[in-house]
Amino acid sequence: MMAKYDEPLLNEIEEEKEEKFEEIERKELNIPNLPERQVMKHFIHLSQMNYGVDTGFYPLGSCTMKYNPKLLQRIASMEKINFVSPLQDESTVQGNLQLMYELEKMLCEITGMDAFTLQPAAGAHGEFTGMLIARAYFEWKGERRKNVIIPDSAHGTNPASARMAGFNVIEIPSKNGRVDLDALEHVVDGETAAFMLTNPNTLGIFEKDILKIAKVIKEAGALLYYDGANLNAIMGKAKPGDMGFDICHLNLHKTFATPHGGGGPGAGPVGVKKFLEDFLPLPRIKKVGNEYKFDYSSKKSIGKVSMFYGNFAVLAKAYTYILMKGKELKNASEKAVLNSNYLMEKLRKAGYDVPYYGRRMHEFVISLSDLRKKGIRAIDVAKRLLDYGFHPPTVYFPLIVEEAFMIEPTEDENKATLDKFAEVMGKILHEDAELLKNSPHSTPVKRVNEVMAAKKPKLTWKDLK
Amino acid sequence: MMDFLSIKNIDELFEDLPPEVRIDGLNLPPAMDERDVENKIREILSKNKTFYEMPSFLPILKPHYIPAAVYEIVARQEFYTSYTPYQAEASQGMLQALFEYQSVVAELTGMDAANASMYDSATALGEAALMAERIKKKGSIAIPSNISYRKKAVLKNYVEGAGIRIFEMPYENGLPILKKFDGSAIYIESPNFFGLIDDRKEIIENASDNDALLIFGTDPLFLSIFNPPEYADIVIGEGYLGNPMNFGGPLLGIFTCKREYIRYMPGRIIGATVDKEGKRAFTPILQTREQHIRRGKATSNICSNEALCAVSFLAYVAVMGKNGLRRIAIQNEKNAHYMALQLEKIGFEIPFGKKFFNEFVAVSPVNAKKLNENLLKKGIQNGLLLDEIENGILYGVTEMHDKAIINNAVEKIKETMEEIE
Ligand SMILES: Cc1ncc(COP(=O)(O)O)c(C=O)c1O
Repeated sequence: MMAKYDEPLLNEIEEEKEEKFEEIERKELNIPNLPERQVMKHFIHLSQMNYGVDTGFYPLGSCTMKYNPKLLQRIASMEKINFVSPLQDESTVQGNLQLMYELEKMLCEITGMDAFTLQPAAGAHGEFTGMLIARAYFEWKGERRKNVIIPDSAHGTNPASARMAGFNVIEIPSKNGRVDLDALEHVVDGETAAFMLTNPNTLGIFEKDILKIAKVIKEAGALLYYDGANLNAIMGKAKPGDMGFDICHLNLHKTFATPHGGGGPGAGPVGVKKFLEDFLPLPRIKKVGNEYKFDYSSKKSIGKVSMFYGNFAVLAKAYTYILMKGKELKNASEKAVLNSNYLMEKLRKAGYDVPYYGRRMHEFVISLSDLRKKGIRAIDVAKRLLDYGFHPPTVYFPLIVEEAFMIEPTEDENKATLDKFAEVMGKILHEDAELLKNSPHSTPVKRVNEVMAAKKPKLTWKDLK
Repeated sequence: MMDFLSIKNIDELFEDLPPEVRIDGLNLPPAMDERDVENKIREILSKNKTFYEMPSFLPILKPHYIPAAVYEIVARQEFYTSYTPYQAEASQGMLQALFEYQSVVAELTGMDAANASMYDSATALGEAALMAERIKKKGSIAIPSNISYRKKAVLKNYVEGAGIRIFEMPYENGLPILKKFDGSAIYIESPNFFGLIDDRKEIIENASDNDALLIFGTDPLFLSIFNPPEYADIVIGEGYLGNPMNFGGPLLGIFTCKREYIRYMPGRIIGATVDKEGKRAFTPILQTREQHIRRGKATSNICSNEALCAVSFLAYVAVMGKNGLRRIAIQNEKNAHYMALQLEKIGFEIPFGKKFFNEFVAVSPVNAKKLNENLLKKGIQNGLLLDEIENGILYGVTEMHDKAIINNAVEKIKETMEEIE
């Protein structure tokens, strides 16, 4: 499935001659001179040692590894985008401004928020932006609120973002896989700035008490924050804005297929309700007559969170995706939820344990803790899946499930793929423990030694000399 | 599949949604086919003017040529569709590429270590300030008052939560001056916001005398021909090489540092190790600094970064090689100096002298705002108007601005000046 090469590092490939340059200050520079032919071969080999969405099933929970329609790539490589400077006169970038303006409007419709900023570069950056907005809002109101509450099932970026914005983080335990309302009521008080929630949550369970949760938060004068990582479950079925969320971020690289880029770039737009609009980063985009303009006027704004207006090429891809799907975004969510429930039942039949069993949304979490009796860990099963040509699900997250496997098939997989995956998972359950612990066997490298990597870190090719 | 789940209607799967919030679809247009979508977007984008249609001399994010091979490399689905390489055995390609990227930027900046990217140079500055504070815990950072207001605004948001105060150094002849400063870090840039190459001796001494970390902002292309800031503790910058302007994003925040500080670093780091059979392999390392393990106590909240931009950067450096990089850097410097000379000839003043790389300040003899407006009508996007200098314009010139483009622009500038006078 993936090719195996002993691919040298760039600096190990045979070099061409160095030119002499007169009068330059820097003498030493260890960057190789290589013919383009060698460079291409190198990178093609590297790519062939990497698993992508077009390679096969990639059910990485929480990451929404859906298919990335190829038109998105074509749009993002247009000269009309690539060769436009962010500092050009507004009159010469009307196309870009229009695109951003319309994308904001579409995201408002999808989420039920009143206004969006497109400036944050990723989900976590959006969370940070949202927390800065919360802080600025309470400062403006003259209230000292220093705490942000987060469920123990939350993604690690939630507490990290809240901390970076200067808040204390209070973690509350979950009950039966959902927010424990009593625990929430117990900690909410006049010092609470916000409650951050993913809905459906990281177990793939919809927080059905969401309206009660919103009431508790509102009555305390705090804000409800929506981590939109799981929006793919509910498009066209419900809107965070209607559930009482005041601030939300989206991950365009997940829900809107822009893709993940091997780790980034993404985009993490933040939407807010009307009463928070003035706190959004600058500039905003306004339409005056038929013209689009940057607006720097809001005095309450938090200012800036990145250099320019956001990851524009990524935004253009999300815009393309939404145009392609239109109203059918609802069908995407329905199919994603159907696929997820189907695969969950299949895996239960195959003998896997689903903690807090019940209906799931677009993803679900199984626990492999039963396998520990045989000395097998979730990571062993994950690695074994690679031998069957599947990318493993997310492992060991959320933290509230032991030996967690978080599985998100997305709407783009067919029944045959899901059946095949379930069949292989069933088979692995009965495989020899040693076989699993020594897996993967067929990948470009065998099980990677992470302990050694951490002991004496080798961070650049100089360290390998 | 519905039969298997014993459901008749898909809505049965959405039973947990309270009836009050359920909706039936979105108020969006119907799905469109691919060709119609492309046509619609082409029409919208046709309202933009590109560098090729309207020569531009804007600084900060400038046009550069990107070889076709770079586009091909990052268009590989294995790279651009994959997730963060947490499963090392299925991600050796991306991991090795990022390891090579780290090697290349550490080489350029003269540091020992690099992370696999920050969002952009402004957030890299914010993260560097936070990192310095974790190490020194003195509660303040000094920055030049003449850095981009964009970076200042982002920095302020990054450090406020940690209670770090920002001290702005005044400048003389375009370069920052600092008497005595007892804080966690001093930030300086070279080339700086005015394009100047800063020989920075006093400030470096000040940092070491006062036990503050030196955070250094610089430019990767500049570093191919100028000495790296080896005396710095953290070196950051904008990794624009191989990445198109894209109206300002995605960008690539370069972040490198000395070895002794790696455990304080933000972001993902890739390390070399071996597999079970002793074969060389790559993997994310020092993950206990990161949010997915350390949560609220992580060195940063960053999760998704700008990995593919780092691969573009690497591919660009690989295709160009040392020779190519240096050739381009020299062209940048030559073209910028040529432009400055031509402007001087028609009456502009170069207030801070000629020690610059590919950006410089020029003071227009006529009202600069008016000049830019009129030039735009003639199809030229002039440099950036500076608030801090009356009629000051910050120019950015690269290998894309060959003599013909510069001569034509200078002629139009002269013509426009005469119209204004
Ligand atoms: C639930 C959840 N929240 C937040 C994030 C952070 O998003 P990003 O990686 O875009 O910063 C993720 C990403 O993995 C996530 O799964």
